[in-house]
Amino acid sequence: MEERFVIPRRFRNTSLAFIAIGVLAFLVGLLALNGDVGVRRFWSVLVFNSLFFLYISAAALFVYCAASLAQASWHIAYKRVIEAIMVNIPVFAAIAFIVLMSVLIGHKSFIYPWTDPQVLAHDPIVAGKTPFLNVKLFVIFTVIIMLGWSLLSLKLRQISLQEDQAERGATRFLWKTIFFSAVFIVFYAVTISVSSWHWLMSIAARWKSTMYGWYIFAGSFISLMTVISLFVIAIKNSGQLSLVNKEHLHDLGKFIFAFSIFWTYIWFAQYFLFWYGNIPLESQYFRPQLWGHYRFWFLLDLVINFAVPFLLLMTRDAKRNYTTVTLIALIVFFGHWLDFYLMVVPTVLPTQGVIGWYEIGITLGFVGLMIWLVSRALARAPLYPLNHPYLKEAIIHKSDWE
Amino acid sequence: MAIKQFVVASFQDEELLVPAVKKVRAVGYKLYDVFTPFPVHGLDAAMGLRQTALHTAGFIYGALGTATALLGMSWIFVVSWPLDIGGKPHFPLPAFVPITFELTVLFSAVGTTLTFCWLNQIMPGVKKHIFHPRQSDDRFVMAIEVTPRTHVDEVKQFLLQQGAEEVTVQTAEEGWWYGFFSKKEKYEQTNPQWSVQ
Repeated sequence: MEERFVIPRRFRNTSLAFIAIGVLAFLVGLLALNGDVGVRRFWSVLVFNSLFFLYISAAALFVYCAASLAQASWHIAYKRVIEAIMVNIPVFAAIAFIVLMSVLIGHKSFIYPWTDPQVLAHDPIVAGKTPFLNVKLFVIFTVIIMLGWSLLSLKLRQISLQEDQAERGATRFLWKTIFFSAVFIVFYAVTISVSSWHWLMSIAARWKSTMYGWYIFAGSFISLMTVISLFVIAIKNSGQLSLVNKEHLHDLGKFIFAFSIFWTYIWFAQYFLFWYGNIPLESQYFRPQLWGHYRFWFLLDLVINFAVPFLLLMTRDAKRNYTTVTLIALIVFFGHWLDFYLMVVPTVLPTQGVIGWYEIGITLGFVGLMIWLVSRALARAPLYPLNHPYLKEAIIHKSDWE
Repeated sequence: MAIKQFVVASFQDEELLVPAVKKVRAVGYKLYDVFTPFPVHGLDAAMGLRQTALHTAGFIYGALGTATALLGMSWIFVVSWPLDIGGKPHFPLPAFVPITFELTVLFSAVGTTLTFCWLNQIMPGVKKHIFHPRQSDDRFVMAIEVTPRTHVDEVKQFLLQQGAEEVTVQTAEEGWWYGFFSKKEKYEQTNPQWSVQ
């Protein structure tokens, strides 16, 4: 039972190759992407990628805390995978912090127009938001949010590792986890909204949406579920994590299926209000997406994030099939990456955005970094939380009784 | 419906019932049905029930609801009576989405519920033979159908060995019938030899 994770050669090679591609893309982009369009492309891609992966890691911490608070057992068999994703918050937070601060210090006002004094002087709508949208508050909130997420993720990981060393059947770590989970859930409920307003919604400074926090939450949650599924399946393919079986996969499939519908509901609720209102101030956000340059990606985003998982994951057999879940998880992960792309790039580059070598290269870099960090974090602890009181319940878990 | 003979065993505990069901199937007696006061985990597998087609029916009803809503609204607002509502196009797809969603859910829910009732033969007014008065209270009841090749006494002995509390032989009408009076009582009045033992 005492099983240590051995990083498969394929994980190491893939992740290092991807990181190399990412660094190469970054360096080439730094040199080659010149002019107004090039610089806009360079920074917008860095912003949305770093935030996408930070939000995925934060969603892992949210899932961990929500399941701990509910005293759930369905995730215990692959709890270490969720933990390994959530302990990357400090790394991705550091990257996102560097990118956001570079944007601010470099006066990249095409990303955050509210930092530009000329915009503030001529645009009363943006100027009216200065009590919230100002550099001081942005930096303070960013530091608080990133520090809070990082410290709580490290704390919860520490409690989980202490439990492995303790005597068998100790429940005090369970209660400690529940306490810190409750702290994080309250913190996350506020910060997921505030962070999304500051980091992403303020890029379209004149525009606002009351659904935005939910929208980011739903998107990051489902991306996380695809990431967990892909890691679990990949680790199983390497001959490890043998206690995880189709019953656990069924749960993950249900989450991907259900939260695709939830994301679509949030997406439509947001879109529908602007479509009905048809006020130029509000609908200008969707114009380049629906009728302009990004029409293909906009419609593809809806198809692969709603229609594909909804129709293909509907049956019980599809959710219990490793190949189907892998395929859908890859498609949906790409779909939500595209969704984050559409949150940032159409506003920064209304008519010139592309998905080319730079976008793909930077994304592969982040994917490689995630694989590398997750496999290292997995190797640092036993693959199963051996002293967790619910481990047996998780191993004999049945997702249904048919 | 056909009138048949059944060997009916009642158990006090589901932990006796589930192994007994498995043994009955292994030995080869014809298991008619099992009645429990609550859902017993693993009983479906032990009884060898196939997976239900209710999901497929639900999907078809849902698709029917989607089609009804979209085609109906399109016909009304595009062909039959085009109106200018707030300068919107005559085929405003986003405005149709909530109604389409509602009708999909409605068709799927009502259709699935009715299909479920039909498959299980439950409806207000539907009567069925009750094998044991406590089968919905605190006893777990198994009915074995008597075929021309069944030795009734052998089955009774076998069931008692499996821990059955009591074993009876009943002659009853299979399936269901409709009526707010009890057809069973009527049978017993006209055919006293078929009354429940």
